[in-house]
Amino acid sequence: MSNITYLPGKEPDQREHRLIFKNIDREGWDNSIDCYIKDGGYEQLKKAFKMEPQAITNEVKTSGLRGRGGAGFPTGVKWGFIPPNNTKPVYLICNCDESEPGTFKDRYIVHQDPHQLIEGMIISCFAVGANTAYIYIREEFPEASGILEKAIEDARAKNFLGEDILGSGFNLEIYLHRGAGAYICGEETGLIESLEGKRPYPRIKPPYFPAALGLYMSPTIVNNVESLCHVKHIIGMGGEEYAKLGTPRNTGTRILCVSGDVKKPGYYEVEVGKITMGELLNDICGGPKDGRNFKAVIPGGSSAKIMRCEETYEIKNPDGSQRNLSFYDIPMDFDTIAACGSMAGSGGVIVMDDSRKISWVLNNINHFYAHESCGQCTPCREGSMWMRKISDRIANGEATPEDVQTLEDVAYQIDGRTVCAFGEAASWPVEAIISKFRDELEAETSEDNEYLSDEAKRQLSFINQ
Amino acid sequence: MDNNTFPPFLVTPEIDDEANKRIKQYPEEKKRSAVLPLLHIIQHNFGFINTEATEWVASKLELEPMQVHEVVSFYPGLREHAPGKYHMRVCRTLSCAMTGSAELMERLCELTGIDRSKSDSHHNPIAVSPCGQWSVEFAECLASCGTGPVCMVNDDFHEAVTPDNAQGLLDKYDSASKS
Repeated sequence: MSNITYLPGKEPDQREHRLIFKNIDREGWDNSIDCYIKDGGYEQLKKAFKMEPQAITNEVKTSGLRGRGGAGFPTGVKWGFIPPNNTKPVYLICNCDESEPGTFKDRYIVHQDPHQLIEGMIISCFAVGANTAYIYIREEFPEASGILEKAIEDARAKNFLGEDILGSGFNLEIYLHRGAGAYICGEETGLIESLEGKRPYPRIKPPYFPAALGLYMSPTIVNNVESLCHVKHIIGMGGEEYAKLGTPRNTGTRILCVSGDVKKPGYYEVEVGKITMGELLNDICGGPKDGRNFKAVIPGGSSAKIMRCEETYEIKNPDGSQRNLSFYDIPMDFDTIAACGSMAGSGGVIVMDDSRKISWVLNNINHFYAHESCGQCTPCREGSMWMRKISDRIANGEATPEDVQTLEDVAYQIDGRTVCAFGEAASWPVEAIISKFRDELEAETSEDNEYLSDEAKRQLSFINQ
Repeated sequence: MDNNTFPPFLVTPEIDDEANKRIKQYPEEKKRSAVLPLLHIIQHNFGFINTEATEWVASKLELEPMQVHEVVSFYPGLREHAPGKYHMRVCRTLSCAMTGSAELMERLCELTGIDRSKSDSHHNPIAVSPCGQWSVEFAECLASCGTGPVCMVNDDFHEAVTPDNAQGLLDKYDSASKS
């Protein structure tokens, strides 16, 4: 990779390991198929066609690749869930509905390197036996949609798509399907409902695991853009070689998107678990803004639980012994961040410094989830709205001290009581912010407000009679 | 308020061809999947989706109009009323809010004379300027959190639009409508 140069001011950090983002901001690079092929593009596809589909799945399993969309589920294992004696058509869907607040990686892949995604998709389709694939792209990416349509057309003209691809006997069509601005469509069963032309109400699992009962009740694999791109590299390097990147159980590279109060926000592709939170925030991102200190970090998109920067965590080593870990020493992997009570999620790291009021942060997040709840399950539909109303009160200085407790109670009544994980996504930020910043929130409430005025108490006495 | 910025709904042969091309993306008996693609064609050409258009999509896909309307009314990206000629979507979510997207929205409204006091995020998200030229809406995360505040004007994406750059943004679209 030594011959690759990047645009001035866009050079990767020394500690980065560019695999998926190799061509992002690259000097002399464009998103055309010719440029991609000249750089060795579609060679991994030719290699894949010489393998048995099952062998590709096995390589992906060996690589230890974990889904990059949020849940971190092993991709190869997911592929293995297609029922063995299936007779229905198999579909593959690329989830390009990137909408987890704090995440902005897929945008750059589709804008600058669309053929990497398409090659990854063709290999994945060949592995799982899908002859039709859809890219579900969010409506807010109109330019990217145009780029992908063109890329699909160009790939088709060169017989990387269509009938009997490169003489392999394998047929595949990829179609683009644009969403319409709903966060819930990032949830795989909601996405499938949306692709079927309905309101995107998520389906309950079991029985509707997409790998068995997905699109049109056929086996369907839904993978994130970044995950599908990794497949190409796994075939290129071999699963075992790929697994040497990163750390055990947390292999490969991943793109961390840093936003908020740091000197250098941006995207950084690093080996999973090889750098710590401190190295990411203080070294790569240049530390806090002048005169400020870090206060809190949301490590994996806004649904992940917030972490306080001065905290120390007690976690278990693989051998069962305990160790203490300061916030800045947490390695950026899936398992340690989970052990510290949050999640690596989609890789969207949102940083807040001591200039931010936590009630304002909480309220902003609550507005997001209240807006995006699909409304199917009562606890989430009503709960997210009430959480927003209560945090509005706190943020506006109109809350009573009891409101903080009420807010927490509401959150715990959503969590675990909904069809999909949106319930957790909406309630975890509230639960975490209250448990870590209860003092700060309560300090913003007061007995001296209209809800506790003599008049309000008098009114209440009639209700209680 | 529906203005005259957009042509009235009319199915031209080109639009019908485009719709048929999209319908072919899905299995023969699963035409319903083409609801969103067809609605996008309509919104792109006519600015918003009216009852007539909803009924046309329904007949095209052998659905009840209600089955199309429930989709239109669900998605924030689909509109039932005309926006301005230049529709501006400002990201409201956390990372952009930290960089001042609320202030950007305020500034855009000041400059275009838009009154957002009757807007709410669920039922009435879009506010249009008196001249019908501009409209604004708060969008949820536009996935460019590292370069906020971000804003879309129709299909164009703009990053790092600070309140101070608001006038510059408007000038890009219509230098004549400076207020």
